[in-house]
Order: sequence, then C-alpha cells, then structure tokens
Amino acid sequence: MILLWLILIPIIGGVLAWIFGKVNPLLSRWISLIAMILDLILAVVIWIQHPAQIALENQGGWLLQFQAPWIPQYGIGFYFGLDGISLLMVLLTAFLGVVSVLASWSDIRERVGFFHFNLLWILAGVTGVFLALDLFLFYFFWEMMLIPMYFLIAIWGSANRIYSAIKFFIFTQASGLLMLVAILGLYFTHFQNTGVYTFDYTELIGTSIPSHLAMWLMLGFFIAFVVKLPAVPVHTWLPDAHTDAPTAGSVILAGLLLKTGAYGLFRFVLPLFPNAAAQIAPFAMILGAVGIIYGAVLAFAQNDLKRLIAYTSVSHLGFVLIGIFAFNELAFQGAIMTMICHGLSTGGLFILVGIIYDKIHTRDMDRMGGLWESVPRMGAVAMFLAMASLGLPGLGNFVGEFLALIGAFQVNIPVTAVAVVGLVFATVYSLWIIQRTFHGEQRESWELPDLSIRNLAVMASMIIILIWLGLFPKPVLDTARPALQKIERGIIPISQVEDQTPNPGMSRNLSDNPLHIAEPVNHNSAEQEGT
Amino acid sequence: MSSVDFTALMPLLIISVSSVIILLNVAMKRNHFVSFLLSLIGLAVAFVSLWSAGTVAPRQVTPLLIIDTYALFFMGLIFVASIVVAILTYNYLRYHEGAKDEIYIVLMLAVLGSGVLVSSTHFASFFLGLEVLTISLYVMIAFLRSSEFPLEAGIKYLILAAASSAFLLLGMALLYGELGTLQFADLADRIASGPGENSLFVLTGTALLLTGAGFKLAVVPFHMWTPDVYEGAPAPVTAFIATVSKGGIVALLLRYFLLTSGYSLNTVLIAIGFIAVASMFVGNYLALMQENVKRLLAYSSIAHLGYLLVAFVAGGALAVEAISYYLVVYFITTLGAFGIVSLLAETGSEKTSIEDYRGLFWSRPWIAAAFTAVMLSLAGIPLTAGFVGKFFVVTAGVSAAQYGLVILLVVNSAIALYYYLRLVVAMLSSPDGEEAPVLPGISLSGKLLLVGLTGALIYFGVYPSPLVQLIRDMMAAVL
Repeated sequence: MILLWLILIPIIGGVLAWIFGKVNPLLSRWISLIAMILDLILAVVIWIQHPAQIALENQGGWLLQFQAPWIPQYGIGFYFGLDGISLLMVLLTAFLGVVSVLASWSDIRERVGFFHFNLLWILAGVTGVFLALDLFLFYFFWEMMLIPMYFLIAIWGSANRIYSAIKFFIFTQASGLLMLVAILGLYFTHFQNTGVYTFDYTELIGTSIPSHLAMWLMLGFFIAFVVKLPAVPVHTWLPDAHTDAPTAGSVILAGLLLKTGAYGLFRFVLPLFPNAAAQIAPFAMILGAVGIIYGAVLAFAQNDLKRLIAYTSVSHLGFVLIGIFAFNELAFQGAIMTMICHGLSTGGLFILVGIIYDKIHTRDMDRMGGLWESVPRMGAVAMFLAMASLGLPGLGNFVGEFLALIGAFQVNIPVTAVAVVGLVFATVYSLWIIQRTFHGEQRESWELPDLSIRNLAVMASMIIILIWLGLFPKPVLDTARPALQKIERGIIPISQVEDQTPNPGMSRNLSDNPLHIAEPVNHNSAEQEGT
Repeated sequence: MSSVDFTALMPLLIISVSSVIILLNVAMKRNHFVSFLLSLIGLAVAFVSLWSAGTVAPRQVTPLLIIDTYALFFMGLIFVASIVVAILTYNYLRYHEGAKDEIYIVLMLAVLGSGVLVSSTHFASFFLGLEVLTISLYVMIAFLRSSEFPLEAGIKYLILAAASSAFLLLGMALLYGELGTLQFADLADRIASGPGENSLFVLTGTALLLTGAGFKLAVVPFHMWTPDVYEGAPAPVTAFIATVSKGGIVALLLRYFLLTSGYSLNTVLIAIGFIAVASMFVGNYLALMQENVKRLLAYSSIAHLGYLLVAFVAGGALAVEAISYYLVVYFITTLGAFGIVSLLAETGSEKTSIEDYRGLFWSRPWIAAAFTAVMLSLAGIPLTAGFVGKFFVVTAGVSAAQYGLVILLVVNSAIALYYYLRLVVAMLSSPDGEEAPVLPGISLSGKLLLVGLTGALIYFGVYPSPLVQLIRDMMAAVL
C-alpha cells in the first residue's frame, strides 16, 4: 500500500494544486511542494527501513509489493514492486520533484495551478514507471507521463515550443506503441506455453521464446527505451524538447524521463530476453560510444547554452548504455550511478540557465561573458556543476562513469577506448561553458541579481549529494547490488556459471575479445572502487 | 407470433410506436420541446425494455430476426447514442426557425432501422433495416432545407447510398442464385456442400456485399462521400451517421461473418485487410491537411474504421470483444467530438474551422478540457477509453499473428497523433493580439451531456473491467 501512496500523493497533490491555483497561485506552489516533500520522506523512510540485501532474500526479490486486480479478464493487475534499482530511481524522482517545484517558484507566473498539476502528474507517471511490475500497467504509465510533459512544453515553453512538443510526443508515442506490440507478443507466447493470460512480470520472466521471435520482441522494447534514453540516431527530439521546455520541464526531462529508458533496459530487456540482449550487446555498446562522442562534439558546436547542456545529456547517457550492455555488475553499478548523478548535475545546470534566461532573456553565449563579477555565487555553483559533469574525481559522476568504463573494459576494449575519449571532450565543453559565460570580457552589461536563498538551498542540496556520492557511494551501491546481481545471474545462467563455461550467447559476441572473462566479476571490487 | 415473441421484439416495437406517437402529436400541435421529450421517452423506455427482452433471449422471431444478447447489447448502445443525438439535436435546433419536429420522427425510424440491422439473420431483414436507416438519413441530412450545404450533402448521400444498395442487392441475388437461401445460418452449409469456397458466385456475391457495406462504413476506397456529407449535414446528424449508422453495419457484418463462417473465405479476408490498410493510411493522411474540424473528424473516422477492421480480420473471440469495446469507445468519442461542435454552433453557423477553437482553453476551460479528452481518446492515450480500445484491437491482431497489420496500425497511430494534437495545441495557444473568437455558451443539458461523455471516456479508460465482462457475457451468444 505504501507503494501506491508514492504514486497517489503526487496525483492528489496535482489535482489540489490545480483547484487551489484558481484561488491563489502561491497556494498551489505550496501544495505541490508539500506533496513532493511527503513523497521524498516516504521514499527515504522506505530506504532506511529496508536494507536491500536482507529483504530481497526473504521476499522473492522485492522489498515491497502491492497487488490488486484491475482487468482480470485479460490478466491485468495493479502490480507494483520495489527493488534496489527502483528504490534509487524513486528517490531521485521525489528529490528532483521537490527541486523542480522550487525551481519554478518565481519562474512560472501564468496558469500556475495547471502548471503544477502537469508537473505532479509527470512525477506520478514516472514513479509509476519505476514501480510497475505488470507490463500493461508499465505501458500505461509510460504513455501517461507524456501528456502532461507535452502540455508543459507546449504551454510554458520558449519560442519553438509547439514544434518541439509535438516532435517529442510523436517520437516517444510511436516507439512506445512498438513496445506495446512486443509486450503483446510476449503475452501470447506465454499463453501458448502455459495456457495462462497474464501481464505479470514475475510470471513472464521465465517464458521460453523461440530465438528469432525473442529477437523481434526484444527489439520492440529496445527501440522504445533507446528513443527515451536517447541513443543516436533517435535522439533528435531531445535537443528541441530540452531547449524549449520550461526549466522544471528540462530538469524532469533530463533527470527522470531519460532515466526511464535506462531503467526499462535494466528491468525488461535484460531479464526478459537475456540471449537476444546478449546478441545485440556489441551493437548497443557501439551505439553508446557513438552517442558519447557525437553528443560531445555537437555540444561543443552550440551557442545556445541550454541546447549545449541538452547535447551533453546525449553524451552522458551513452555511458549508461555502455554500462548496461557490458553485462557485469561493475558496469551496472556505474550505469546506475551515472543515471543518478547526471540527473542531479544536469538538472542543476538547467536551473542555472533558467535563472539566467529569466533575467537577461537570452541563452546565446556570445552575448554573455564575465558574469562572475556580478553573480559570484552563481558562478561558483555553475563551476561546481560543470566539474561534476566533466567527471572530476571526488564527485558522483566520476564514480559512475569510472565504474561503467571499468566494467566495459572487461568485455569490449575498443568501445571503452572510444568512450574514454568522450571524457576528454566532456572536459572541453564543460570548461567552455564556464569560460564563455562567467569569465572573459563582459560583452553586454547585464544587471542580474545573484542566487536567492531558495535557489541557493536547492543548489547546496544537490552539491552535497554529489560530493557525498563521490566520496562515499557505498549506500547507493549496496542498495542496487542485489537487484543488479539478480539481473546478471539471469544473463549468465547459473548452471553454466557453475560449470565455469561461458554462456554461448556471451561467448559468441565476445570471442574476438582477448580479455573476455566468463566468470562474474568479483562483487567486492565494486565496493573497493567506490570507497 | 406468440407473446414471447412480442416480449423479445418489445424494444423495436416501442421505437416504432413512439415514432407514430410523435407523428400524431405533430399533426395535432407543433411543439419542439414536446416532440423532443416524446422521442427521449421512447428511447428510454425502449432501453429499459431491453432487460425484459433479455429474459427471453435468445429468441428467433420469424426467420428474419434473432433477439439474442448480442443484438440486445448493440441495441442498447444504439439507443443510448440516439438519446445523446436527440439532446444534441434539441439544442442545435432550439433557435432555428421553421419546422423542426419532424426530425425526431425520422430519427426514431433511423434507430429502428439500425435496431433491425443488429438483430437480423436474413438477407431480407438486412436489406429492410438498411433501407429504413438510409432513407431516414436522407431526410435528416438535408433537414435544414434553407441552407445550401445540407441539401448538397443530402443529394450526395442519396445518390451514393442508392448505388451502394444496388451493389448489395446484386450481391444478395448472386448468393441466392447459387445457394438458394437467404438465411445467414444456412449459407455456410450450402457453401460447404455445394459449390465450395472458391466458387465464382460466392466470391463475387460476398465482394459485392462488402462493397455495399463498405460504402456505409466509409472505408477506403468507398469513402469519397464522407467528408462532404460530414461537413454539410447538421452536426448532430453527422454524429448520428458516424456512430449509429456505422455501428449497426459493423454489428451486422460481424454476425454475418460469424454465422456464415466467412472467416474461411481467405480471399475475402485478404481484401478486408487491404481495405483496412488503405483506410488507415488514406484517412490519416488526408486528415493531416484539414483545416475544417468536421472534415478532419470525417477522415479520422475513416482511419478508425480501418483500425476496427484490423481486429475484424484477426477473428476469434478476442476480436469480437475488441470490436465491441472499440465500437463503444468510438461511439463515446465521436459523439463527444461532434457533440461539442454541435453545442458550440450558433443558429445558422457552426464553428468548423480549427481557428475558431484557438485559445478555447483559456476562454472556456471546461469545454476545452472535454474536447482535449476526446482528442486524446481518439489518439489512444492512457486514462482515456481510446487507449483501452486500441489496446484490445492490437491484442486481437497480435493474437491472430497479424503482425503486418498491427505494425501498420502503430505507424498510423503515430501519424494521427499529429492532427489530434494540432487541435489541442490550437485550444491551448493564446490568441495573440487579436480578440479571442467569442464562442456562445451552452445549455445545461449540453453541459450535463459533456460531463457524462467525458466521465464515461475516463471511467472506461481507467476501469474497463466491468464493460469487458459485460461484453464477454453478451458476445457469448455468437461465439
């Protein structure tokens, strides 16, 4: 039931915010803030109360579950479950929810009630995606979060908002429908095997699927998720949507919506289709590497500050893709860590850009420069976030990308080598942002106030978390570990691990790799690397 | 005919009687409100009588009609939709000058025709029902004689419907000539024992039947009349054509295929598959370029019939459920869409341009919210019934391994999003500088209607289980 509340709180809060927004805009801001803080507290309480490892052994892999019938005729149920991965994602969602409400406090002045309604419903949809264990329910939330996001961009966005909103919507909706077909393919395959109609994830997970069909079904899921991730070449919606969304929209897009794609790969593609996933792993890793380089190069070419940051997302999420398809726990941990830290650092940068744009009404870096003098606090924060984004050791992003690269190195050296080059590029564009906006000559004399207390508090909380994750990532790694190990075991069938023979699916792809190791990596190593 | 037969036929009898009562009332004293009320009462009583008819179902009444749960389900759907249409018509014609009572008489007759269609098991009742429906529609479309467009639309519909009836008749004649029966149930046996499935007469006859039905359903390539008639007819009548008239034909076709084991005619199924694909693509493609809301909805309804036919081709129990659910959803959304157009119409002029709806979200938030819900449902977005409907259709397609059709459906859903969102965007965008178009207020009955339709849209989208169960129970009669 507690899981249901995680979703219900933002839904109810959103409706209340809309209703009371008519009375007084401030009221709807406070309602939203309180709702998201409640959500965050709830998530943190779950985190503290349920040490991941112990609980997982007792309850068949889920820390918490909730089940109720919905459309029993088709085997559809309200089935929510929480494991380490979803717990971390829910924490991130609730935290960024609070942040985005605060970020739009003075930013959004029109139709405040409806804005917060949309904002909270996106957060509810995203939370639902992270918790749903019924495939129909998952798809339901997957699509549900699009509408409010669409409204957010189309109503409160900047110049090109309608085009961007429609592009975003069509890309994600079309790919989502492909996933629906794949879900149904799986559903009927399971029915043919067992005679039971069900969308229950835990039932479907062991379905034996003819290999050619498995490949097609897996692709249905894969495409939907990499469009969201996004990977090159299906990333083109992202720069437009990020650029034209209002600040809170950009924060949620970069911080959460992209993560739903990565989460889907973890939750569905790898466990449901281990062999087919192994077959496309090299291809997926190459996509990741291409994304890293391509995103970084394009980021470097932008003049629009917000668009630049949008392209860096393409680059950073490339590490996540590589990490996921490296198929070892180290890389998985890296991917999870990158997902969380990217959400924080990029979200922070978007908020800063939002503040600057709100005051000087341009995002063109050619017109900025020398801002440090007038807004030193903002400059320092931006400097810090840029450092985090480029992967400075001691900050969370470093841990994430480093773990992903170590993990990937064990399976595919060329891709890893290319990806490492991406880190250099990240340094270049991150410093470039600071150089062009905050240093150098002041091209136009802008009068803008420095960070307010409220924004400073938001930034401080993000900075503290990033430092904490950089220096002591163990709590996060521990939380994710059992779930990740389970996924890893699913890919390398246990019988074959015991025999010390490599999985046929793995070895086929990795045969040309001299350093390929068949055994699962030593689980302690992650802890050592992290601490 | 025994008394049991009368009980079974009661819903249709009540509809017939009430049309006569309205006629007599009009002959004595013209009163728009009284005529409207009488038609409303007739439809409501007929709806309630479905339960008493249900106690004797299934019941074959003469060789022509069967009153089973399948027929009762669709009759219920038709009656409710007609109640909505009657309310829309009343609001639409309220300030109209000239005679307006007669439209309720023909409305009841059209409902009767549709009711006969969904319960017919014989070519004679098929044709009879269809003609009663069609001839009433001529009158309804051209009812506003003083304007130019309704007349044009009426004539267009008259000519094309007459032609399609001719096709139908020829098809029936060919089948009768070859097989010697007009009973649906006997056709299958006669085909199997006689000429076989590939007999030229059987195939040609079925193809002509499909052509005739295709005209009524407005599927490509028989769709040419749709945009003009949709645009020209008064909005409530358009709603009626799009829902009741099409729904009756779909229910009939489905029963015909199930009874005559039409699913063994592979050639015919392939043809329907092609019709489905063509309808989806042509409908969506042409809808993309429309500036007129009614034409846009016309093309969108062509595409939706294409989606429906995907489930039709799939066949099987899941498909029958999917088609029924989709029809219910299609009824609600289409009535909602045309209902809003019709309620916002002023005497003599409808708001048909997309531009008329610009900024509606800020001037009339509730109407805009209802319209948005309808559009999202048409687009098949979660929390609306359209999502569940599309899900069931895709499910039916995948269950029959019709992956090709399903993928094309997916592609089309993405295309369709664009024009549905265009309308939503127009409602959202602020009218820049110039004055927002002032739209008239709507009456209380109109408001209640929209609340009801939108509520149904969301209820069936969030909690479809009861309706699914109802459909499953009702459809057992034909499976």
